[in-house]
Amino acid sequence: MTEAVTRGEGEETGEASPLPPSESFVPEPQARASMERIFREEAGRVTATLIGMLGDFDLAEECVQDAFVVALQRWPSHGVPDNPGAWLTTAARRMAIDRLRRAGALESKKELLMPLGRFESGDGSDDATSIPDDRLKLMLTCCHPALAVEAQVALTLRTLGGLTTREIAGAFLVPEPTLAQRLVRAKKKIKDAGIPFRVPEDSVLPERLKAVLSILYLIFNEGYVATGGDELVRKELCAEAIRLGKMLALLMPDEPEALGLLALMLLQDSRRNARLDPGGELVLLEDQDRSAWDGAEIEEGLGLVERCRRRGRPGAYQIQAAIAAEHAGSPSGDATDWARIAALYDELLARHPSAVIELNRAVAVAMAEGPERGLQLVEVIAASGSLKGYHLLYATRADLLRRMGRRAEAGAAYREALGLSTNKAERRFMEKRLNEVATH
Amino acid sequence: MRYFLGIYGDETRWAQLSPEETEVEMNGYEAFDKEVKAAGAYVAGEALHPTSAATTIRLRDDDALTTDGPFAETKEQLGGFYTVDCKDLDEAAKWAAKIPGARTGSVEVRPVVEFE
Repeated sequence: MTEAVTRGEGEETGEASPLPPSESFVPEPQARASMERIFREEAGRVTATLIGMLGDFDLAEECVQDAFVVALQRWPSHGVPDNPGAWLTTAARRMAIDRLRRAGALESKKELLMPLGRFESGDGSDDATSIPDDRLKLMLTCCHPALAVEAQVALTLRTLGGLTTREIAGAFLVPEPTLAQRLVRAKKKIKDAGIPFRVPEDSVLPERLKAVLSILYLIFNEGYVATGGDELVRKELCAEAIRLGKMLALLMPDEPEALGLLALMLLQDSRRNARLDPGGELVLLEDQDRSAWDGAEIEEGLGLVERCRRRGRPGAYQIQAAIAAEHAGSPSGDATDWARIAALYDELLARHPSAVIELNRAVAVAMAEGPERGLQLVEVIAASGSLKGYHLLYATRADLLRRMGRRAEAGAAYREALGLSTNKAERRFMEKRLNEVATH
Repeated sequence: MRYFLGIYGDETRWAQLSPEETEVEMNGYEAFDKEVKAAGAYVAGEALHPTSAATTIRLRDDDALTTDGPFAETKEQLGGFYTVDCKDLDEAAKWAAKIPGARTGSVEVRPVVEFE
């Protein structure tokens, strides 16, 4: 562990470079890539620990960056330490002490910084368990409802996910300076408004957890529902949401909704390679090549759904995961237990009345009992007016009419849906269907 | 940190309350007052007369422009405030939620600038 400490605490060095030039070393590209992976893995935890100690997002981030720079220089020649997270945390803490000393502000933070001294004293061995894991606090702070949703998303990806400003900007199709500005404002609000860095008391924790879950799911969906942008970046976003979901499930093992969300994301993500055909066209669930689904993700997702079921404390994410599990566990669209899926939608509706969920239920009922019954339900929803202007209402109606052979009406409904949808893949799909009903 | 809790609501609603309803509301505020003071979080607090009693002053080119009414005509008006001393926003938000006015209107939580 002592190798992280390149400078004694008593040393006064005013220079910006953390190492003398002779020790600097440019790693091979491959080694560099593997180290960057480690940094990405460890960034959240190291940053969270530093924020916990310093109470300052910016300073913490700068020190973590400094620590990465030192690691890039040292690890290629000295080897990657057994516990890179602990190494980086100690190195970042050293940087913090240096920076504070130079700013003449060390005294005020000494109390906060010292507790970490415990784990690096003695025999020099790393003991990761004695470093506080502040990631849950960081998640709750980043997803605090006093911040705008887009700021919550950016902050979560930046601090916990370790994504760069450029990566986040690319994923959300906003100019990099805009995103940087968003992060600056969010951090200023945290400071000025006194948004705490702690786990709130039990009375408000469920509400706050819900906010965290919704942000993670929002990140996932942003990657999943490709509304544009770089395909690769989008996949990355799904993977990142799943990684954060795993983190949360680990930090809150007794929270079944955290497991439910993770299961839901895994099961949806398992279909990513089958959702679009080689030409980039949307493939419906029932027509997808199920052998292209990700078996490992399905297995993990199904296991989580089963764990949730045994807990017996269902919630919205768990029910949605159970629905996804019905699809994932079924060999074909025809073999799917649609009645069970419709029943799960009923359960979901009982908790969260929503017209969109009603529409999904209508689709399941149509599969279980025939398109006539499904169409009846769709007409009830349409008559209520709550989904007026929602393209999937018209697309669903069109599809049911098509299956019933009422081609002219189906065509009209497809045209209505087309007038409302902005998603390119969806539009192409509906145009194809419209052609079919028009020419037959 | 000190937080200003601005209590906004439709002041015409106040005027329309029956004496019994007014008493229920007042009891709510008395209870809140007692609780926030007992917890040691109370710094200050006042109820305000309706905006019909408001006068707005603007100084333009050294001339004081005095106009009748609040600074802006809005659906909800500032009807009173508390200043509380809290550890952080979560604590301040908890107090804000206990103010009776939060049920019928809204309470804005603003950190107070601490001049050194």
